[in-house]
Amino acid sequence: MTLAIRSEVRFLLNGERVALSDIRPDEMLLDYLRLRRNLRGSKEGCAEGDCGACTVLVGRLSDGGLVYESVNACIRFLGSLDGCHLVTIEHLRGTEGGLHPVQQAMVDFHGSQCGFCTPGFVMSLYALWMRDADPSEAAIEKALQGNLCRCTGYDAIVKAAGAISSYGQSANDPLRVERAEVTERLRTLQDGARVEIGSGTARLILPASVDDVADILLAEPKATIVAGATDVGLWVTKFMRDISPVVFIGHLSELKGVTQADGVLTIGAGVTYSDAQAALAEAIPAFGPLIDRIGGAQVRNMGTIGGNIANGSPIGDTPPPLIALGATLTLRRGAERRTILLEDYFIAYGKQDRRPGEFVEAVHVPVPAKGAHFAVHKITKRRDEDITAALGAFHVVVGADGTVTSATIAYGGMAATPKRARAVEAALVGRPWSMETVEAALPAYQTDFTPLSDMRASAEYRMTVAKNLLRRFYLETTGTRKPIMVTRERAA
Amino acid sequence: MNSRPTPNFKAEKIVGGVATDQRHDSAHKHVTGTAIYIDDMPEPAGLLHGCLGLSAVAHGDILSMDLSAVSAAPGVVDVLTGADMPGSNDISPTGRHDEPVLATGKVQFHGQPVFAVIAETREAARRACRLAKINFAELPFVTDVGETDRFNGKLVTPPLTLKRGDAAAAIAAAPRRLSGQMRIGGQDHFYLEGQIALAIPGEDSDVTVYSSTQHPSEVQHMVAHVLGVPSHAVTVEIRRMGGGFGGKETQGNQFAAIAAVAAKKLGRAVKIRPDRDDDMVATGKRHDFLVDYEVGFDDDGNILGVDFHYAARCGFSSDLSGPVTDRALFHCDNAYFWPAVKAVSAPLYTNTVSNTAFRGFGGPQGMVGAERVIDEVAFATGKDPLDIRKINFYGTTDRNVTPYHQTVEDNIVQRIVSELEVSSNYHRRRREIAAFNANSDIIKRGIALTPVKFGISFTATHFNQAGALVHVYTDGSVHLNHGGTEMGQGLYVKIAQIVAEEFQIDIEHVKITATTTGKVPNTSATAASSGADLNGMAAQVAARQIKERLCDFAAEKYGLPKEQILFLPNRVRVGNQEIPFADLVKQAYMARVQLSATGFYKTPKVRWDRDKGEGHPFYYFAYGASCSEVSIDTLTGEYMVERTDILHETGRSLNRAIDLGQIEGGFIQGMGWLTTEELVWDDKGRLRTHAPSTYKIPLASDRPKIFNVTLADWPENREASVHRSKAVGEPPFMLAMSVLHALSDAVASVAEHRVCPRLDAPATPERVLMAVERMRKARSTDG
Repeated sequence: MTLAIRSEVRFLLNGERVALSDIRPDEMLLDYLRLRRNLRGSKEGCAEGDCGACTVLVGRLSDGGLVYESVNACIRFLGSLDGCHLVTIEHLRGTEGGLHPVQQAMVDFHGSQCGFCTPGFVMSLYALWMRDADPSEAAIEKALQGNLCRCTGYDAIVKAAGAISSYGQSANDPLRVERAEVTERLRTLQDGARVEIGSGTARLILPASVDDVADILLAEPKATIVAGATDVGLWVTKFMRDISPVVFIGHLSELKGVTQADGVLTIGAGVTYSDAQAALAEAIPAFGPLIDRIGGAQVRNMGTIGGNIANGSPIGDTPPPLIALGATLTLRRGAERRTILLEDYFIAYGKQDRRPGEFVEAVHVPVPAKGAHFAVHKITKRRDEDITAALGAFHVVVGADGTVTSATIAYGGMAATPKRARAVEAALVGRPWSMETVEAALPAYQTDFTPLSDMRASAEYRMTVAKNLLRRFYLETTGTRKPIMVTRERAA
Repeated sequence: MNSRPTPNFKAEKIVGGVATDQRHDSAHKHVTGTAIYIDDMPEPAGLLHGCLGLSAVAHGDILSMDLSAVSAAPGVVDVLTGADMPGSNDISPTGRHDEPVLATGKVQFHGQPVFAVIAETREAARRACRLAKINFAELPFVTDVGETDRFNGKLVTPPLTLKRGDAAAAIAAAPRRLSGQMRIGGQDHFYLEGQIALAIPGEDSDVTVYSSTQHPSEVQHMVAHVLGVPSHAVTVEIRRMGGGFGGKETQGNQFAAIAAVAAKKLGRAVKIRPDRDDDMVATGKRHDFLVDYEVGFDDDGNILGVDFHYAARCGFSSDLSGPVTDRALFHCDNAYFWPAVKAVSAPLYTNTVSNTAFRGFGGPQGMVGAERVIDEVAFATGKDPLDIRKINFYGTTDRNVTPYHQTVEDNIVQRIVSELEVSSNYHRRRREIAAFNANSDIIKRGIALTPVKFGISFTATHFNQAGALVHVYTDGSVHLNHGGTEMGQGLYVKIAQIVAEEFQIDIEHVKITATTTGKVPNTSATAASSGADLNGMAAQVAARQIKERLCDFAAEKYGLPKEQILFLPNRVRVGNQEIPFADLVKQAYMARVQLSATGFYKTPKVRWDRDKGEGHPFYYFAYGASCSEVSIDTLTGEYMVERTDILHETGRSLNRAIDLGQIEGGFIQGMGWLTTEELVWDDKGRLRTHAPSTYKIPLASDRPKIFNVTLADWPENREASVHRSKAVGEPPFMLAMSVLHALSDAVASVAEHRVCPRLDAPATPERVLMAVERMRKARSTDG
């Protein structure tokens, strides 16, 4: 069977069907909207996916259903929208053509001051309201982790968000009403073809399948693989790096699977943080809250765990806990697959064990044994939507006699790669699981780590807090009823 | 919305008059994405885009500059350097000639603009910028005031000394004394809309510049100065900014000037919108300070004398550092009477971007210094800091003279604080917190209640003036213009309310129009919280003139005494009959009555002699207080604001909804400054926190879990301000001091409140943990 190749990207923009054959591989959705379409309601505040002023919704077919997610248009590649329904602030309206309930609530609660961030807030709250018509304050705060406002202090916005349902029912929401029709229109866009646009230094490819990815990478081993673009997007907007040819993989449903078998959770390389969270939290409860601390909703809706691993960052948040759990990685080159310990993938700063033409296909996460202790703690300057200063992941098994039978501990932000604390582990294993043992193990941190000072934290703070996280982990395992962490929950 | 509204002629009150919770005039446009910011304006045909090339060293002589690759890059139309400025290559806002548009000869900070690329697209300009080859001979540099001689170092502008009594003698004679030092970090404005200017060339020397600026008149003057043309050739307009906070008081000048120069040179419209990272690197911020203090006090905690030295990182040029550091000294008292005081400023030269205005304008840093002194005395005497605060407050009839010899005549801090003390349950919660801490090893709680007294007026007396222009059209609709700018604070709607109130017409009949130098000239910056006070008065004056003319006309036409002409909602009672406002206007027009007026206002009473350090720089003071409770994690330094209660006053509020928004937003912005917003320069003099990924302003999930904000309903301005209201822009920012002090209180609990934690700002989790470690050491050496 010969593969069909299409030379245009097709998607729905609000109510309109769009087909584009003149897309540059590094063209950003926000520029397309503002410059080419003169849709200037979405704003550029940072061009790095942190402020949310450009928030739009992307609808995609998922297991037959139509799912809308908030994303940052500033770092979303236009080419990656093939087969999607893009909804911008311009499309939002009420049943009578007036303000949408989200918009009316924002007006009535004085939720805008300068107004520049407001379209982004409205879109984020709209995405929330679609899934949860009566959200808790915690859900509202979570939905707004990726939206910065410098004027209001947020309280008016959160109050508006809590009141949206009193303005209208989501059943009457125009987008809801259009759903069947949009679903049908999106289906007609899915022709199973590979999309290839441009040539030479301006080439983008949307493979038709994972096998197609493998073939393309064999032919184009230097291609830039883009899943969620939450990192590669900045290579373009901030560093203006040439990334052609680009191979987008975020649209491939084959890479979006999360399955569990024989105590191992397998996560496809295209699974976003948002999509992985429920399964991760169910299988490994301590993993769930970490996902909430990665970016904002828009970043979690785009960014993938596979990408978080593949880019090799020393401050990626998922590798340390995955290493602590003994995760393995399937790398594929052509038809060849090999599986390695995730820990071995990180060789040095900027250097990973990925060969030319090879790509990450899946990560396999062993679920901790019953009774094993596992925890992960991320330390940042600001609690939410911040990059790690230090992150510790702990996986300790204590035998029936109270001695530590195994300890796997890994940190981010403490070295040039995500790194095991092997000396600390050695100081724990075979000893009784007690605060005395923990205290006695602390000097071993000096053997394991020589952290750097940078704008996120000093070396001294990193070292102190890394040690203290082990103390916190120990206290957690004792089941103490005294508070050992600050939380967003209100005190009784 | 599009149909013409029919006024209600039976109404007892107009819609949208003063003291109503009128929504922001653009709220509907904000939520639909239809509010037009400069980058959203339809672009003129042939528009070009600019990008600034920035210095890659912190201090150095420019040996050579090879821009050939830049010029040859695709899409590039022109490359400008400082030598291409037709008039003067200078945008120093205070006339000190220390700030070039584009650096020539030498650069003085990492990120200083050196050249500008003008290209067909913004992307082409940005890409081309990177191709410059500039050779520098690097020179020694200093970025931190802690690394320089802060008492005798190089200054960018003359320092100020405030003195009352003999502080040294009072401290020497005091039963107890102590001294210390505090670091207070700077702050990036992080306005969501970055800097932007769009220049459209006209005929002759004319140019129109759309600039995201709080100070259109200054942009006009700077553009004229750089172009070498009279001010009449330059028109500057701004409908709205996406946030300002002081960051667009002077910092828009550079972008406007370069856009205008390029536009005139090339005969095409030019837009410059820097990328967020360039914006944060190349534009000024809040000044960070290093404060040295010495205080004399007695065993009860009565402060007898204080000596302050406020050293500020000003950057490479003066910009507004003179008045900013002055205002720091003006607030070294906060709400406290210092029986003998000396305060000295040191506006220090550093090889960093030139720091500038930011909400509070030095006042917050001054006050934070004062509150540290209070804390020190509390720890030294073993008393609750709130008790020390209360016994040192300004009096109402005595103990009421400031360090600058102005008598505080409107003091209400005692009542504000005592009401908040009760409503926040301060004392009960302090006891509960002590009980909690006694039983909790890892998590500790803390609480603090801090006051704010903030002086209102520009300390440069001549800025305290404003103008407005009001037209009434023959259909009774009103066109309103004034010198103030809208940056989200709700100034436009407040002034529309004032004008609606004067004419007694519903606010929808008042059209709010963009601020432009062509309509109201020689305006002051919308700054110093003065926007509504000054421009509201000017608009009121203009409206009253027209109203007066309408009165005179009606009295004459209907043969009635003027007392029988009464402006009722949407109508005018003339003797026994009521005439719709629009009908009377039409009649007046037919009778050839002028229906347009300008208004002018200057603040009374203010005067300031800087050389003597004496005067009456402030028309009045605004007051407030806040109480915050926090929890900290003594293993990591992480924290959470559990609850904040605020009681703030804005006199008789023009619009309580808008004022509450300013209070909440100001508090959170202040909290960011004192907690997570940290500016870090590296050993090359590079700012490393130049984007939201590295510079962390508060999120929704950082606001206090319980947030009770109350606008006091009893105060009124004892001065004759517009409708007896008070300014609200800046004062609430400083309410956030309660968070810093609550963190300090929680840290202090680790050593049973025996040692002052001396927690510096911003109190990042790292600083909190390091302070906890100091407490642990203090506890172990103690006992």
